[in-house]
Amino acid sequence: MSAAGEEQISYWELIRNGILKENTIFRLALSLCPAIAVTNNLKNGFFMGVAVVVVQVMVNLTISAMRNFIHPRIRLPIFMLVISGWVTIVNLVMDAAVPDVYKDVGLYIQLIVAFASILARAEMFASKNSVTPSVFDGIGMGTGFFIALMIISFFREVVGKGQVWGIPIIDAKPLLILILPAGGFFAVGILMAAFNWMYAKYFSSGGHSH
Amino acid sequence: MDTVRTPKEQQLIISASPHIRSDESTGRIMWTVSAALLPATIMAAYYFGPYAIFLIALTVVSAVGFEYLYQRGMNKEVTVTDGSAVLTGLLLGLNLPPTVPFYIPLVGSAVAVVLTKQLFGGLGFNVFNPALIGRAFLLISFPKLMTIYAEPTAQFVSMDAKTAATPLGILKLDGIGKLMEVYGDQMTMYSQLLIGNCAGSIGETSAIAILIGGLFLMFRGYISWHIPVSFLGSAAVLAWIFGGKGFFTGDPILHLLSGGLMLGAFFMATDYVTSPSVKKGQLVFGVGCGFLTMLIRLKGGYPEGVMFAILIMNCFTPIIDRSFKSEVFGAVKVKKEAAKQ
Repeated sequence: MSAAGEEQISYWELIRNGILKENTIFRLALSLCPAIAVTNNLKNGFFMGVAVVVVQVMVNLTISAMRNFIHPRIRLPIFMLVISGWVTIVNLVMDAAVPDVYKDVGLYIQLIVAFASILARAEMFASKNSVTPSVFDGIGMGTGFFIALMIISFFREVVGKGQVWGIPIIDAKPLLILILPAGGFFAVGILMAAFNWMYAKYFSSGGHSH
Repeated sequence: MDTVRTPKEQQLIISASPHIRSDESTGRIMWTVSAALLPATIMAAYYFGPYAIFLIALTVVSAVGFEYLYQRGMNKEVTVTDGSAVLTGLLLGLNLPPTVPFYIPLVGSAVAVVLTKQLFGGLGFNVFNPALIGRAFLLISFPKLMTIYAEPTAQFVSMDAKTAATPLGILKLDGIGKLMEVYGDQMTMYSQLLIGNCAGSIGETSAIAILIGGLFLMFRGYISWHIPVSFLGSAAVLAWIFGGKGFFTGDPILHLLSGGLMLGAFFMATDYVTSPSVKKGQLVFGVGCGFLTMLIRLKGGYPEGVMFAILIMNCFTPIIDRSFKSEVFGAVKVKKEAAKQ
């Protein structure tokens, strides 16, 4: 964690870090359950991603705001309470706003409570930094997750169904397996390899090996 | 003594004695197994016509092509001449229904060679049989196209063959009575199934042709009897016990001769990479395959279960190998404390 305290790191760097270097799905390989379960079409992937961005940002904000009042010994229960509070809010809002999507992804929205990445950012970043960098860190990590979900669900919907956001675009026999759970593993694996290859080629600054 | 061979990646091969050298090589084994599939290919040509041969050729060529492209693209040593891609392509081609459109073999061989074999590290490192994963991928991706079977025509002109259900498909949907109606009497049915005059995948219908190839391989010592015999034997016993209305009234011969059981038992389950190398383990592997095949055929949703049975047993290969570890040649049994030193 280079972003702890002493050294100055710009907000842009924080966001970039969450999207590229520590991309939750493609680089850290965390929270793969929703990455496979809800990404069989772009719409589900989009709303799931939005939910995660909101929860991540709000949790980081809340934790960093009250970080001086949390006793270290009971910090994890408190983090969990804060996370579940925000997840409940997002859950109820989504149920009301987009009921058809909620039918598919509702279970996984509730599962955000157990996301390793959100608890990890609360523990490693928000509880040690002030409010503004924590918010930007939340935006970065959430956006990284959101982008990964969008890439995976776009790929799976196009190849597996020939559609984008439910609109048919290719008139060919699709590879049905990609929208089935088994195909999710193929898709995540292939895209993870592609992401890391691109990252190593264009974005990493030396000294990096895969 | 000979000089030590030093392949590029592993610098030295260190193994326990005995150090016997032989002329066998991966290439030679792969080409011989491919040659053993010739009878089945010829029967396929006879019954399903030129389009089936075109499909087989396309699968073989594209499997080799994808392996070449991948290895060139990844800056790896190109090993297409060892024949493993040819064999994978040939097996996949023989496992396709005879009427599929041309892009199906292309997708299948890409999945088989690149996803199943090369991404796991190439020949020798794949967990699953590449040809079978290719077919499973196709069956799940194109469920309609992959289950349309043509009636064998035994002529070289007809391109638009009539579709027909496979014997196992009939057995699953309409029962044994309907199957008897189609073939007349039992002996006719057996003989037709034996020579391959029935609907099915391109190369799986002719049991006798596969048997010839398989016995040839056994005779040459390339495969041992353990897997085919235990596979076919356990499937037959289970078919006899549970295949009919009551216990012990099933028809084992029908089950042995139909579907992909012969092809699977002799050519797929015996793949060196994905099956156990210890003889006792091979028996367990074969019985497991037979059990799962009959479980799927009799109780499952698919009419045929050989493919999934072998793939599932592939997962167990490492643990089977470990539980039936072979003894080191020449070793004397010693106390455990002494062995640890």
